Amino acid sequence: MWEYANPKRFMGWTRPVLPWTFGLAGLCLAVGLIWGFFFTPDDFRQGSTVKIIYLHVPAALMAINAWIMMLVASLIWVVRRHHVTALAARAAAPVGVVFTLIALFTGGIWGQPMWGTYWAWDPRLTSFLILFLFYLGYIALWEAIEDPDTAADLTSVLCMVGSVFAILSRYAVLFWNQGLHQGASLSLDKEENVADVFWFPLLVCIVGFVLLFIALVLMRTRTEIRARRIRALEARARRA
Amino acid sequence: MIALLLRDLRLAVRAGGGFGLGLAFFLIVVVLVPFGVGPDTAVLSRIAPGNLWVASLLAALLSLDRIFALDYEDGSLALLATSPLPLEGAAMMKALAHWITTGLPLTLAAPALGFLLSLAPEAYAYLLLSLLIGTPALSMIGTFGAALTVGLRRGGLLLSLLVLPLYVPTLIFGAEAVRRGADGLDPSGALMLMGGITAGCFALLPFATSAVLRVNLR
Repeated sequence: MWEYANPKRFMGWTRPVLPWTFGLAGLCLAVGLIWGFFFTPDDFRQGSTVKIIYLHVPAALMAINAWIMMLVASLIWVVRRHHVTALAARAAAPVGVVFTLIALFTGGIWGQPMWGTYWAWDPRLTSFLILFLFYLGYIALWEAIEDPDTAADLTSVLCMVGSVFAILSRYAVLFWNQGLHQGASLSLDKEENVADVFWFPLLVCIVGFVLLFIALVLMRTRTEIRARRIRALEARARRA
Repeated sequence: MIALLLRDLRLAVRAGGGFGLGLAFFLIVVVLVPFGVGPDTAVLSRIAPGNLWVASLLAALLSLDRIFALDYEDGSLALLATSPLPLEGAAMMKALAHWITTGLPLTLAAPALGFLLSLAPEAYAYLLLSLLIGTPALSMIGTFGAALTVGLRRGGLLLSLLVLPLYVPTLIFGAEAVRRGADGLDPSGALMLMGGITAGCFALLPFATSAVLRVNLR
């Protein structure tokens, strides 16, 4: 499995895979969103606002999973020093930021008619805001350091320490004990999570977001590899 | 280790501003708050716990970039890294010296400033206690942040962006403990959790700090 992390092999196998991932992501999102927005009934209490679930839930899910993916990639970089994993972690961060923002904004739009407010200092909302700040710090550190290996080392340590503190913050805000946000309504071990009419389009949307995330990260990693190759060529040209 | 601690303390005192500057900053932030929200004592005493905690957070942040910057520039950090004392120990001592020069004076000065913000009388003991337990964690986390940004030219702003999110759990528990004390509730849960954070920081972050320092000295 590790041989696919070789930059040359990586560029080789991602080139045919990338358009397919993008295509499938687009297909899933189109099917899921159109199905969800136009062909599901309105909720009897929430009315048509319930339909924002098709953006909110997958985006929030992927915002957290993007950080976890960065954590795993950082660990692999620290242990095995595969340059592609460090670059993949770097590539995933801006995607994670955007998903976090999507989740925050759609949550606000959903919250206004449901709770009567765009924003509340609810534990879940607050921990998402903190996650957003962690992403910003991580990206800023990457941008600030010039030497790529130093940057990869420092950001991977930051990612690991940050994960611990992000989890701590998540549980610390529970101290306020005033959750507006509902508990997790999706899990794998329940018979029926949400009513089936909402569940199937939601599932398609989640698959679409996962594929979109993979496609974006692969594309950005390829860009990073190319940028680094260009830098290496320039350095060689200067020395010659 | 003791020698290193004493050296850092001596440097902080003799360079001037080690003790004074952080305290003065703390005072100014606390004094600015009534100008911002108005002199209504009822409002002020409600927001006093959070204010005092946020102000001490900022004051601790102010002197972080000096922890390693001077030693890095004159090369004594490289000497520390090659000395028989493990770098983890040196990192811990640096954090301790930072705490003695900023966290401890802040803790001692906080009740006087609590008086300015008309903090509820029941809360003073908990304010003192929570700062005493919490500020060491701030120093240790800050030392880690300072080690991350030591090689950078414009590290100061980045340092605050990196460190402040890491301060969130300590801040929440600290302010919550004081608030519960002010409301006459039992704050021991928040205090114990904060103690756990401090102990965990001192147990784990020296390793992260020294790992980061080694990368920066490479």
